[in-house]
Amino acid sequence: MQLLAFILFSTAVYADEAYNVLLDSMKDKNFVTVERLEQDELQEFCSQPRSASVDQARAAKLREAALKGVLIPKDERYLGDWQLGEKVASNGRGLQYSDDPEQENGGNCYACHQLDPKEVAYGNLGPSLSGYGARGQSAAMLQYTWTKLWNTHAYNVCSHMPRFGAAGILTEKQLQDVMAFLFDPNSPVNRSQP
Amino acid sequence: MHKGFIRGISAVLIGLWSAMLFSETDGVFDEYRAMLGDDNPAIFVIFDGEEIWFTPAGPKSASLEQCDLGLGPGVVEGAYAQLPRYFADVDRVQDVEARLEHCMTQLQGLTPAEVHGKPYSLRGDLGTELEALVAWIADQSSGLAIAPMQAHAKERATYELGERLFYYRAGPHDFSCATCHEQAGRRIRLQTLPNLTTHQGAAEAYSSWPAYRISQGIVRTMGWRMRDCMRQQRMPELIMGSEATVALQTYLAVNGAGAPMAAPGLKR
Repeated sequence: MQLLAFILFSTAVYADEAYNVLLDSMKDKNFVTVERLEQDELQEFCSQPRSASVDQARAAKLREAALKGVLIPKDERYLGDWQLGEKVASNGRGLQYSDDPEQENGGNCYACHQLDPKEVAYGNLGPSLSGYGARGQSAAMLQYTWTKLWNTHAYNVCSHMPRFGAAGILTEKQLQDVMAFLFDPNSPVNRSQP
Repeated sequence: MHKGFIRGISAVLIGLWSAMLFSETDGVFDEYRAMLGDDNPAIFVIFDGEEIWFTPAGPKSASLEQCDLGLGPGVVEGAYAQLPRYFADVDRVQDVEARLEHCMTQLQGLTPAEVHGKPYSLRGDLGTELEALVAWIADQSSGLAIAPMQAHAKERATYELGERLFYYRAGPHDFSCATCHEQAGRRIRLQTLPNLTTHQGAAEAYSSWPAYRISQGIVRTMGWRMRDCMRQQRMPELIMGSEATVALQTYLAVNGAGAPMAAPGLKR
């Protein structure tokens, strides 16, 4: 019993050490405060090397919680304006202490994904999404993609992708516009030839 | 005189570079670097750093000649390659910047606030004294194997801490260092990302900092690189010489150990 208590205590201290070091090593800058160093349960769970063994039961719980938290847009209106969505996808600014907090945040999709095949400056941390609309526009497909954007961990716990909806990085309106950029047949994602 | 010349060179280099910026291939920068050969505008910053080291400064009007970077007072050659390391006089592990802060406060009588006032340049600046000092000190280890000390228990604990911090996800975007730097062959937009969990990736990155940044016209230090990565991770400001920056640099240095230092490097 005492041993168990000791092990639990040591684990907590171990997890806290990184936080305490960061707290001592960083300071508020502009609108960015050290509160950002606090981890939620998901962040704490996902702060391990890829090779580390995963607690599958806990992963399933986190996946479920992520899915439950997804807010579906009113009247299931998933698609907005693809031209505005293209701007969100290209904009890498937002939430860095060097950014203007009065400006709207970008989604920075191109940092990690190929989208319009004519855009050559795309990253490859995530899969290519060129021609995404060809995957169909069924209700299930729209809902899946919305969920992926809102909180990627609903499908893939510890994905590298930010929780654009759940973390409040993008607004519902911006997400609808990004959805249109992905799905609209007139969007360069689906129209352009490389 | 030097600085004016550097700015002139910078303008030309920036012009050349922006012409190539939209090129599709990533190899262009390597070609450009090869074209320059051993010529690196950092040489002028290195000269400045050497001069600063030997010039009396601060309330005590002392130079840094008695500063101990780990190999004894005043020994600069080879010192950078063995950092970060444990220093008994402060009972902690320090990187070059933490150590310079120690020497500036102890030998020259500067306050920590003065040292921390503006350690790194802002865009458009001519460069800080700290950046020049680090450029010169690193240059004095050029060609020597990266060999951070891992003999003391605190040095080993610092490496382990660095590894934990590397994977620490937080902030609105859930980013950690590992988000971008634990896989091979990845890039953000067109910028290639070294896999810092491997020897090769860590060696390439660690050996090339400090570096002359062509797009900014100044020498940037590894401490600055850490701070700027944290900014991009949407974190608050990483403090120069802090425990976290020393731990992260130790993680990289140990992973890259054995490879030759090639700093100051030349980067976009």
